[in-house]
Amino acid sequence: MAVKMHILVCGGTGCSASASHEIIDQLNKEIVAHDLTDFVKVVVTGCFGFCERGPIVKIIPDNTFYTRVKPSDAKEIIEEHIIKGRKVQRLLYVAPDTNKSVSDSKHMEFYKKQLRIALRNCGFIDPENIEESIARDGYAALGKCLTEMTPEQVIAEIKASGLRGRGGAGFPTGLKWEIAAKSRPGEQKYVVCNADEGDPGAFMDRSLLEGDPHSILEAMAICGYCIGASKGLIYIRAEYPLAIHRLQVAIAQAEEYGLLGKDILGTGFNFEIELRYGAGAFVCGEETALIHSMEGKRGEPTFKPPFPAQSGYLGKPTNVNNVETYANIPVIINKGAAWFSSIGTEKSKGTKVFALAGKINNVGLIEVPMGITLREIIYEIGGGIKGGKKFKAVQTGGPSGGCLTEKHLDTPIDYDSLVAAGSMMGSGGMIVMDEDDCMVAIAKFYLGFTVDESCGKCTPCRVGNRRLLEILTKITDGKGTMEDLEQLKNLSQVIKDTALCGLGQTSPNPVLSTINNFWDEYVEHVVDKKCRAGQCKALKKYVIDPDKCKGCTACARACPVSAISGTVKNPHVINQLDCIKCGTCIEKCKFGAISLK
Amino acid sequence: MDTIKLTIDNREVEVPRGTTILKAAEQMGIKIPTLCHFELDGLALENRPGGCRICVVEVVGRRNLAPACITECMPDMVVKTNSFRALNARRTVLELMLSDHPNDCLQCPKSGKCELQSLAADMGIREIPFKGQQSQYPIELSPSIVRDSNKCIMCRRCESVCHEYQSVGAIGAVDRGFPAVVNTAFDEPLVNTNCVFCGQCVAVCPTGALSEVDNTAKVLRDIANPDVKTCVQVAPAVRVALGEEFGLPAGSIVTGKIAAALKAIGFDYVFDTDWSADLTIMEEGTEVIGRLKAFLSGDKSVKIPVMTSCCPAWVNFYEKFYPELREYPSTAKSPQQMFGAVAKTYFADKIGVTRDKLVCVSVMPCVAKKYETEREEFKVDGTPDVDYSLTTRELARLIKICNIDFANLPEAEFDSPLGASTGAAVIFGVTGGVMEAALRTAVEVLTGKTLPRIDFEEVRGLEGIREAVVPVPGVADLNVAVVYGLKNARTIMEQIKAGTCKYHFVEVMACPGGCIDGAGQPYHHGDASIVKARHKAIYEADRNMPIRKSHENPEIIAIYKEFLGQPCGEKSHHLLHTHYFDKKIKFDIEK
Repeated sequence: MAVKMHILVCGGTGCSASASHEIIDQLNKEIVAHDLTDFVKVVVTGCFGFCERGPIVKIIPDNTFYTRVKPSDAKEIIEEHIIKGRKVQRLLYVAPDTNKSVSDSKHMEFYKKQLRIALRNCGFIDPENIEESIARDGYAALGKCLTEMTPEQVIAEIKASGLRGRGGAGFPTGLKWEIAAKSRPGEQKYVVCNADEGDPGAFMDRSLLEGDPHSILEAMAICGYCIGASKGLIYIRAEYPLAIHRLQVAIAQAEEYGLLGKDILGTGFNFEIELRYGAGAFVCGEETALIHSMEGKRGEPTFKPPFPAQSGYLGKPTNVNNVETYANIPVIINKGAAWFSSIGTEKSKGTKVFALAGKINNVGLIEVPMGITLREIIYEIGGGIKGGKKFKAVQTGGPSGGCLTEKHLDTPIDYDSLVAAGSMMGSGGMIVMDEDDCMVAIAKFYLGFTVDESCGKCTPCRVGNRRLLEILTKITDGKGTMEDLEQLKNLSQVIKDTALCGLGQTSPNPVLSTINNFWDEYVEHVVDKKCRAGQCKALKKYVIDPDKCKGCTACARACPVSAISGTVKNPHVINQLDCIKCGTCIEKCKFGAISLK
Repeated sequence: MDTIKLTIDNREVEVPRGTTILKAAEQMGIKIPTLCHFELDGLALENRPGGCRICVVEVVGRRNLAPACITECMPDMVVKTNSFRALNARRTVLELMLSDHPNDCLQCPKSGKCELQSLAADMGIREIPFKGQQSQYPIELSPSIVRDSNKCIMCRRCESVCHEYQSVGAIGAVDRGFPAVVNTAFDEPLVNTNCVFCGQCVAVCPTGALSEVDNTAKVLRDIANPDVKTCVQVAPAVRVALGEEFGLPAGSIVTGKIAAALKAIGFDYVFDTDWSADLTIMEEGTEVIGRLKAFLSGDKSVKIPVMTSCCPAWVNFYEKFYPELREYPSTAKSPQQMFGAVAKTYFADKIGVTRDKLVCVSVMPCVAKKYETEREEFKVDGTPDVDYSLTTRELARLIKICNIDFANLPEAEFDSPLGASTGAAVIFGVTGGVMEAALRTAVEVLTGKTLPRIDFEEVRGLEGIREAVVPVPGVADLNVAVVYGLKNARTIMEQIKAGTCKYHFVEVMACPGGCIDGAGQPYHHGDASIVKARHKAIYEADRNMPIRKSHENPEIIAIYKEFLGQPCGEKSHHLLHTHYFDKKIKFDIEK
């Protein structure tokens, strides 16, 4: 009897952390116990994207989408759904607006507006089984390129598709390949995959590599064919053990199937792929720094030109693309440039994967067509702001990006509109903030990250960012002056203007964009010594309302630093100089007399 | 030539393709300030990381400012080197740099010679608007070099010379972000690293982060001590460079003034390292002849090529990197140490003092010589043969401290018996000089005939590796090589290791162009014409000498007759030769 049903269980990092492997074990146990091994099969897949509701279990062919599944639910899924054909209602997703359960993910708001091209196989195939990849057209594009197309034709197709680099800067991919192809023909060249994903909160590349490693390998081989390279290198963070494991498995399988290695598909084309591990430096996501790191040198950027296409790894012409960029390649070859370029905006074609995080209901991994608005992402896909709070801003582009506000909600998102709005696409982190977030503190957070991650090579980034952070700290400590704000502006501009690499040049963006969009908040911090979000501890003030205070002394007795004085039955006073703002008094007061101002 | 036209500061200029904005501006008389950029033209020494961002200029149409030092000119480019945007950025970058720099110029060893200080002065910096954290690193003393990383501006010049020029790699950038600094691996002291103390890092450092150990105070104290006698020796390259410290043009030969100044400072005996350079030729030359003859007669046990051993950084290099090849270099001590050994025996006896009552000072163009004086094998009963080694720069300071108007000082002669020298000795100061001096003696000894020509032009020059065939009639055609820069020396060592080395005799100097650009010389700040002027002056000094072959030096002939016996004889073997050690650095990663 052939297998009739598949149970897909998310084996991505997020769901794995929520014990999805135990679910798999339990499911398999139940399958054996009920003698269903020939009828139903459990498949470990990559990320489904809806991480907020993980672990996810999906039943094929009826597309039932179970959320927040626990290992103890396995028995019921097998006995009810598989054997009796009755869906386990309590595990279905309940749409918050209608309060009705939705069984098929197609009808869920989270997925409705998504278009999964790069993520096409994530959450669908077993990433550790090459045959599942092949069943979904894996390596078909490579075969087509090698047997039906010349390298020039492939490059022309990629150029025509309008695909731009998904690593952040958005350089046209086809053009990049063409430059590498024309550079020093006949010499050893390299194809590099940049998997040094480092933006805080971003996990697009990790999910792609965990969910569909073969499409990356396939695309790298296609790139090798185009530019004349026989070697590929994947530079991946050592902190991504699952992705590394899946890549290792995938490379071994592809070699075994003759899809990598010597004489691929009998065409005489050779291409092999090696992994290189990053040691955790954010700056190594910059392509020249990445190349130096792979060469065993200090991971720091060098001036371009020469570009990697001219002189890259070991001084040889090298093409560096990001994971997501590669993930789009096989689809473009299979479905054609015309199809791909019909999606998106005039200058930004296709889709973009975002890691949606922050104060949003549906945290997760999404892929949307270029040109979608922030409003659609946040309120439809994202399900709105957590706890019904007010939307304040969304940060895109990670530490290099900026904050977009209410006024940008209806801007169609693409590379150029985001830059025009003072942010950037970046690699795809998207962090939503609500009214409880202090924008000065947000700027400080991102800058703190850059200060830690600067390589230290150029003065503006090494010293300038440190000074920026010190000024921001001064402001959040309530010691800022208007001169500091002026200095903040000038210094940010100079760093942007003079830093050596992309990291340094964009590092002041979080400061500049919050200054531009939330100037009032900066001024409040400096002039009124007030943080409206209440996040800047130094600016908080605990005050006792003398009308409400009964003089019970509870607060004074609880205060760990004896900052509260007063006599019994008389209103008490908090000595602001001594107060350490721990909040103990407010908890002890039974009369609601103490408030935070 | 393929040229392009562009506009800089409203003026059109035509330059060869590939020219940087910095160079194009320079040829128009526009001086864009730089800090990390360093280039010693024609001596293969350069550092172009584009990291300090002081040289940023505005290129119309570009999003960001461009670093002039590494941005190539493009056709029809419009560059503004002094637009407000560029000036404001440049000033801000400098202020940032200064905001993490100690404010102690008055005590700084580089004061007056510091490129950061002059830049701040030129830019009219009066206050530093940025307050904040400053780096705090301990100051490290080594036998030769002082490292004050608080003054490091991460220009990476030192790293470039150490890695790329010398192939030593003792120091490099460590850590990241604000704490990033040039340091040794694992923060080890320099003596525990591969550092060979060539000091070229000191020579190129734009600030006071790297400087030489200063011995001037100790020397002054000993001169004033009535219980000891002091003698001093001056290395060849010092006499063509010291004048620069007193406003004389580069390449001025100030031998007589130096002798006069040292006497005025109060040294009891003012001698010349040139004398012991002649002695070195006698010893080393004899050793070369002996080893060559054995080799040519078929003795396979003899190590060929013979390599010179007078450069102390080179000695450190093979002890640390090629200890297995340490039998190739000559066992002859360096001129500094030969002088010390003779001074504390022969000369001390002559003036009737014990060795501990004779203080021997050397003035060297070198900082590695300081390390050399501290070698255990160059001490007898705890007292070193050479007590203090001063750099040319330290001598300049001594002269200034002692109120001497050097530029107008009447000339004097060196004292006898360790003061007479030949032209062969003075050329020890340049690359190829030791080779030429040795050939002048060796060829005459081997052929038994007076040389028809003294100038061996074929070993002169400033290329990093030079080779020549010197015919020795009746003996053999000698294959010789002359190299400077330890990276080039490494090439030869690798050839020896691989068994492909075709040379009989090889001269090695660590510094660019030899001792004339030693790390103890006056700072040239990347001006190669200074080094070239010194180079020329050395050969001029050689030509001016009445005697130009070491074996004809009357004081050398005398000391062999009176004291040493014969070259490579028993007494010289004991006093004038040394042996080398395995000093390979083994890192314990677990530690």
